[in-house]
Amino acid sequence: MKKPKEHADSIRESLIDSPDCGSRFLWSARNTVSLSEALLGTSLGGRASELAGRSVLIATRDQLEAARVLIELDGSARRLIICPPDVSPVDIPGIVEQAEVDAVVLDISLLTEKRWREALESSVRLNRIPEIVPIASLVAAAKLAKMDPLVTEWVLLTSGTSGAPKMVVHSFATLTAAIREAPQQDGNIVWGTFYDIRRYGGLQIFLRALLGTGSLVLSDAVETLTDHLLRLSLHSVTHLTGTPSHWRRALMNPMASVIAPRYARLSGEIVDQGILNMLHVFYPDAAIGHAFASTEAGVAFEVTDGLEGFPADFVGRHGGVDIKIEDNSLRIRSARTATHFLGTDKSTLRDSEGFVDTGDIVERRGNRYFFLGRRSGVINVGGLKVHPEEIEVLLNGHPAVQISCVRPQRNPITGSLVVADVVLKSGRDFEEDHAELKDDILKACRERLPRHKVPAVLNFVPALNLSAAGKMTRHNA
Amino acid sequence: MSTSIKSIIISEIQRVAADEEKALSPLTDDLVLLECGLDSLAIAILVARLEETLNLDPFTDSDDIYYPVTLGDFIRVYEEAERTR
Repeated sequence: MKKPKEHADSIRESLIDSPDCGSRFLWSARNTVSLSEALLGTSLGGRASELAGRSVLIATRDQLEAARVLIELDGSARRLIICPPDVSPVDIPGIVEQAEVDAVVLDISLLTEKRWREALESSVRLNRIPEIVPIASLVAAAKLAKMDPLVTEWVLLTSGTSGAPKMVVHSFATLTAAIREAPQQDGNIVWGTFYDIRRYGGLQIFLRALLGTGSLVLSDAVETLTDHLLRLSLHSVTHLTGTPSHWRRALMNPMASVIAPRYARLSGEIVDQGILNMLHVFYPDAAIGHAFASTEAGVAFEVTDGLEGFPADFVGRHGGVDIKIEDNSLRIRSARTATHFLGTDKSTLRDSEGFVDTGDIVERRGNRYFFLGRRSGVINVGGLKVHPEEIEVLLNGHPAVQISCVRPQRNPITGSLVVADVVLKSGRDFEEDHAELKDDILKACRERLPRHKVPAVLNFVPALNLSAAGKMTRHNA
Repeated sequence: MSTSIKSIIISEIQRVAADEEKALSPLTDDLVLLECGLDSLAIAILVARLEETLNLDPFTDSDDIYYPVTLGDFIRVYEEAERTR
């Protein structure tokens, strides 16, 4: 007799024996799909079997369409590369090349978009000829072709220093390890998330809903927050997750009072005491937790004592995860971390002992560690990463600028904002006629950068602070 | 005193809206802040600019922060911070 497997290797395997898939749903702003429809139907016109064993890039406008394709292809495709909503078509040829993509699943709105067509045409010129599979608008019953199950590689994209996205490789096992180890929750659970499920944080919630007993309310970029909160209320959301910035924005909306989650969770940004206190006041009956997780390091731990930072005794071993602090940064070793980077990025994900350096700087005060920011200086503006170098290069290119330093400034709404300190070229008195010059420099930034990267505050300073090693100090608590 | 804080805030809102190329709704006290035409990034920038102009940062100076829903609430948070400065 075949020994039963310890755990499923794919979404399909874990859902197939679940009796209640007909009464569990994925809700988007425009559509509803039951899990059994997603499992037994097809959104690929029945062509899933053609994609078996292949490296498939998934790019859609709508989260629900991506969700259906993931359910359909996990366990039969060799590799799934999941495009986040803000992926630039310019980066697609590089991704196609490095991830050996031989099929692209696109929804109709991207299929008809000029920038996407051009991106795919240039992939063809690079001798990579991915087959384009359009997403059908209706879920029809699929002819279930017999396919050999395999363990699919899941590739997530995160923003990299060089501009091109980093490709981070996970598997169903690494993505679901934290979920399997968590205590099973009973009862009628309706998950909601302000995240997009095509990024690590949202993907965790998507898989949590699928592997548990719950349904999931998906967010939608075209929906207002008011409408989203009303929809969360309509489906009686019980478990709701987002970044501190998502939550702050929600609590400033008059509709925040129409939902009554039993569980509220924050992650993805530094969590401060203010937002924790405010959530307790707003949802007094809810359990409130904040988790540390990243695409590379996976879910490391959750803090449930209502305080910012984390207890010092987490360091060592906590909840199946090895945690150490080295060079002031948090390092994680567990079955939940990504396995490697894909493509030309030769940087290693894990050190010789298997630890992933999160790059998050922590400081111990008493019996607790607190997060100070990123070692690389990456600024997190409401959940969007900003690399300071990109802005400094632009500022330094202005004829009046000698040198500049871009750093984060704490902000109660978006967690951080971008601030620039600028040293003007000699002969320019930094005290004089600065209003006009400031406007001119900022105008150049606005023309070339997305809004969240434009410095919110620009200071003219006589000199920059340099560290003992001669590097600019971007840290600013 | 309070009128001056209010007028500084209103003119700062107009400046941010101009910089961010956002159209503003008529700025009444009961207008929902996130519906005034500024999104959360623009409001974050507004708070940073007000910290410079007024030297007040009422949202991070206290752990017991209060999230303003309407423009009137928002202005009151600053007026209160000025009073207890």
